[in-house]
Amino acid sequence: MAAVQLKPEQEVAMATLTIDGHSVTVPEGTTVLEAAKKVGITIPTLCHHPDLPPQGICRLCVVEVEGSFLLQTACTYPVKDGMKVRTNSPLVRESRRTTVELMLARGDHNCPTCPRNQNCELQTVAESLGIREIPFQVLRHPRPKDMSSASIVRDPEKCILCRRCVAVCQEVQGVGILFPVGRGFATEITTPLDRNLSEVACVNCGQCVLVCPVGAIYEKDDTNRVWEALADPSKVVIVQTAPAVRVSIGEELGLPPGSITTGKLVSALREMGFDKVFDTDFTADLTIIEEGHELLQRMKTGGTLPMLTSCSPGWIKFIEHYYPELLDHVSTCKSPQQMFGALAKTYYAQKAGIDPKDIYSVSVMPCTAKKFECTREEMCGESGPDVDVVLTTRELGRMIRQMGLDFANLPESDYDDPFGISTGAGVIFGATGGVMEAALRTVYEVVTGKTLPSIDFHPVRGLEAIKEADVDLDGVKVKVAVAHGLSNAKVLLEQIKRGESDYHFIEIMCCPGGCIGGGGQPIPTTMETRAKRIRATYEADRSLPLRKSHENPAIKKLYSEFLKEPLGEKSHELLHTTYRRRPLFQQRI
Amino acid sequence: MNACSTAPTLSTETDKQIDRVIEEYKDEPSPLLEILNEVQHIFGYLSDDMLIAISEKLSIPTSQVYGVATFYSLLSTRPKGKHIIRVCESAPCHVMGSESVLRAVKDELGIDLGETTPDGLFTLESTSCLGICSVGPAMMVNDRVFGNLTREKVRLILRRYAKDKEASVS
Ligand code: SF4
Ligand code: SF4
Ligand code: SF4
Ligand code: FES
Repeated sequence: MAAVQLKPEQEVAMATLTIDGHSVTVPEGTTVLEAAKKVGITIPTLCHHPDLPPQGICRLCVVEVEGSFLLQTACTYPVKDGMKVRTNSPLVRESRRTTVELMLARGDHNCPTCPRNQNCELQTVAESLGIREIPFQVLRHPRPKDMSSASIVRDPEKCILCRRCVAVCQEVQGVGILFPVGRGFATEITTPLDRNLSEVACVNCGQCVLVCPVGAIYEKDDTNRVWEALADPSKVVIVQTAPAVRVSIGEELGLPPGSITTGKLVSALREMGFDKVFDTDFTADLTIIEEGHELLQRMKTGGTLPMLTSCSPGWIKFIEHYYPELLDHVSTCKSPQQMFGALAKTYYAQKAGIDPKDIYSVSVMPCTAKKFECTREEMCGESGPDVDVVLTTRELGRMIRQMGLDFANLPESDYDDPFGISTGAGVIFGATGGVMEAALRTVYEVVTGKTLPSIDFHPVRGLEAIKEADVDLDGVKVKVAVAHGLSNAKVLLEQIKRGESDYHFIEIMCCPGGCIGGGGQPIPTTMETRAKRIRATYEADRSLPLRKSHENPAIKKLYSEFLKEPLGEKSHELLHTTYRRRPLFQQRI
Repeated sequence: MNACSTAPTLSTETDKQIDRVIEEYKDEPSPLLEILNEVQHIFGYLSDDMLIAISEKLSIPTSQVYGVATFYSLLSTRPKGKHIIRVCESAPCHVMGSESVLRAVKDELGIDLGETTPDGLFTLESTSCLGICSVGPAMMVNDRVFGNLTREKVRLILRRYAKDKEASVS
């Protein structure tokens, strides 16, 4: 069972203070920012992020505290009993305005051409403070955009030095690629040795993109490549949509977090002109069959254990850079996206009588790392890349807005055959613990030949850092663990390195919350929105008639018509892959 | 960060020296700064490869080591020339014409602030007040101070340093 250590209830001292004349009582140690929220007062913030430790860097959140000579930063200042706070005095407003004016005077803030236009925290505060001109000389610090990465673009001219990206990359992901260099006006956030992002050990997770308040880090935009393909009559343009996109795309188009919009998503893609709309959930089911059998084979033949999942390309790049000595633990299964890609240009091309060279394969993913994944050499077949281009949820949202579609009122429609039928097991791939639960649903029944009494594996669900469970397969005990976010993954990897890991199977997802919290998801993506998307994911699972991968009739057909058997020759050729050691720095030639 | 890195490009001698420095300072309260300072002292500057080696040996992300190396002005990530010229940029010298002194140095050496001549002889930097405002505009070459500068004087001083490669200008 999950190891939740609840602290015994402690007596917490309370403090009563007044904020703008409103009295509020909160536990001592609460910040002024949080206390103000309790009485309905929103203090503007920029360097502060709800999921990251407070930093007190930008000084936008300043307030007046009676008896204190200096303005204090509400995001870090702890309340005290009897304190009197003013959050909106002329002095406070003036200070905030100057802070924002100085930010706007540094670099290039030309909003209409910025990827964060209308979804930018700096823009929002500038508007709410009524800033109409910049009384300072604008100082450009001309620096080219870093476009080297297949996944992420950095535009240092828009950076406001809030350091949220530094915190997320170092603390949440344990990668530590972004860091401030230089000082004073010349300070900037950059990579180790100021190299291009593609030359350092960035895993392309895009978590920095999600926390950046402005347009200084964002996904590489591939929408034009897709528009071009859609306009090319010689191409059969097919699309697959990841499990996590159906519960998040709505947020890009004005719906509240946690909306399930599977049918509308399919309709929108048809409207855009895709020839076939398929579901990555189908190959998620296929992954379970292959990976489940791989686990059983490793257990039977004394293979390397624990086996680590391989669906998350950010995680794969991480282990290739930082723990290459553990690569034998990683399942050889390709990710569902790449299994789909490989089958689309072989099995599907054959079945539909299309020359694979005419197929243009698009994938819609919650993930920036998938953009890199589809460019890996191992992911290319005889007729070019298995997946031609990856769009993030945000990019698809942008395209749908460009189309002028009224997304909320689109009719519901179904995915196309043969990659349209899927199960609840495929759906839950989007949430942390989902791959594990889907695998257990199948492995249990394959091993025991019995039907699961209850198919919900609650111990592996939820946002807890590391989850574990023991499963009894008719006398065979299987011990599993689940980690999301690479810092959490590191804990389990260090255990393996020390020889202290007694798990059989570990699911690792690069992004906090799993794919629903991926770096390509709508902004904001916070722990709060993640929880809502997870709830929607399990709701979608419950609503499906089939909830176990091995019961998917289209999967059965795929094996009988084409693959023959799990881990068979065809599977090895198309559905499995290899990994490699990657250096921390790309050698410069 | 552990695991594999680029093929080592540091000579074994350099690598050993870095190991010795780390051994000496590793228990200090802020070992990274001490170590960078000492390595810089030995080699004159901190090369990319040295920073990578230090980061690996201390298991600190290279980004952070690089951040520290670029934050402190006494540390340098670029090789410096034999002679370091520091032109005073404070207000009194400015009034007395430090701009034209700076331009004279730039013209004479063909380099900009922060740069080093291709022959490795001179590095040009600016500095805050040297405390000799009465004789501004002023500059330092290595640890010698020169005041009451004119374009002509700057040229003479630099030519003397350039000629006397051993730097014993009197
Ligand atoms: S970062 Fe924000 S303020 Fe700056 S250009 Fe982009 S939208 Fe405008
Ligand atoms: S994409 Fe991930 S690994 Fe790369 S810089 Fe951003 S947070 Fe760090
Ligand atoms: S890149 Fe974005 S998150 Fe990082 S410091 Fe700059 S503004 Fe903040
Ligand atoms: S939000 Fe408080 S200092 Fe930045």
